[in-house]
Amino acid sequence: MELVAKARAGNRRALARLITLVEAGDAQAQTALAALYPYTGHAHIVGVTGAPGTGKSTLVTQMALHWRSLGRTVAVLAVDPTSPFSGGAILGDRIRMQALGGDSGCYIRSMASRGSLGGLSRATGDAVKALDAAGFDIVIVETVGAGQAEVEIAREAHTVVVVEVPGMGDDIQAIKAGILEIADVFVVNKADREGVERTVRQLQMMLHLGSGEHRDGWEPPIVQTVSNTGKNIAEAAAAVERHLAHLKSNNLLELRERERIEREWKVIMRETLLRQLLQRLEPHVHEQLLKQMSERQLDPYAAANQAIESVLEFPQSATPSGQS
Amino acid sequence: MERPIRVLVAKPGLDGHDRGAKVIARALRDAGMEVIYTGLQQTPQMIVEAALQEDVDCIGLSILSGAHMTLLPKITTMLRENDGADILVVAGGIISDEDAAILRNDHGIAGIFGPGSSTHAIIDFIREHVERSSVEG
Repeated sequence: MELVAKARAGNRRALARLITLVEAGDAQAQTALAALYPYTGHAHIVGVTGAPGTGKSTLVTQMALHWRSLGRTVAVLAVDPTSPFSGGAILGDRIRMQALGGDSGCYIRSMASRGSLGGLSRATGDAVKALDAAGFDIVIVETVGAGQAEVEIAREAHTVVVVEVPGMGDDIQAIKAGILEIADVFVVNKADREGVERTVRQLQMMLHLGSGEHRDGWEPPIVQTVSNTGKNIAEAAAAVERHLAHLKSNNLLELRERERIEREWKVIMRETLLRQLLQRLEPHVHEQLLKQMSERQLDPYAAANQAIESVLEFPQSATPSGQS
Repeated sequence: MERPIRVLVAKPGLDGHDRGAKVIARALRDAGMEVIYTGLQQTPQMIVEAALQEDVDCIGLSILSGAHMTLLPKITTMLRENDGADILVVAGGIISDEDAAILRNDHGIAGIFGPGSSTHAIIDFIREHVERSSVEG
């Protein structure tokens, strides 16, 4: 595909169109992804997540500037929420990323979540592939301002940075499952504010409450930054790079990639199967099953089995028995 | 699947009034569009770069400083030079009828909306005029 060749040659308009294409998720998108997939797998994918107002966009900008100063090319994907009512969105992350303008080694793209939960858009992974194939050394994905359960980014990124600020939450928040568990690097931003020691102490406590064994043998470092002034940005960036080096030196990168690819493949199969199944389901069967469920004559599990059996000709024993 | 219209809303020049731009951004969002808002004091270079990176269908410019006859043609010229001539450009602000005619006829500003324009009129204009061309090629 010509767009892919152009994007790889550094044509930014072609890259921009390619992302629009994969974001649309239609048949054209599949052609584009097939063409660019062989060139993927080289970028370091860094996720940045945290509650709204913790300074993610400013931190991303500062880290990107730092990496640019070392001669590495950087792409930023910034995801903001889509309105559940109108389907529209206001994407405002660029406001805080102006320092990255006018640099051909840097590319910023805003994405609306388009109805996905989990802090990313359905097409984020595909947009990352386009940026990876275009040859960027580092692809930073900034999630929707996340709460406690927006952990999708852990499945897409090699290294996840969780941004906290002083004075949010108590120590019970810090031991709940969810966003804090996915961190490879903690950044306590706005560290010139009161209460920073307490926040750092709570994070340390959380890290040491467990069995003493950290996932992948990596203890997430805690870096205190002030994004507005650039304080400790180099340290935060260095921690991100150390994490990648750790993954590489222990063959964990390969393993993570394999898991990610398998998960992605299964999601695609699930979506494709569901679409095909719904296409083949007779409208009157569809209607009848819905009616029976509404009238509580049939439970959704049984209705699912009936729908599948009415469409597919496979023996009972071949219906899925376990969740992937 | 129809993808949402993507619009860059930007304020070129040095005036510091962005209430109008924010009202428009909100109205476009409520009309189901994806609005990339870049904030105040944007140079033509910054606006064109953002529009190309974001692959928008339309650029909405809000300008109240009086510098529209310099800044707006610069933006459309740069768009043409950078393979972005297909992007619809509309402007809002304090622009006299004479200036508006020149901007429309000679400089590729497709629509100009003065004070008191309804957001409906702007939304309809954008919907009607964006080129939903295939992105292939």
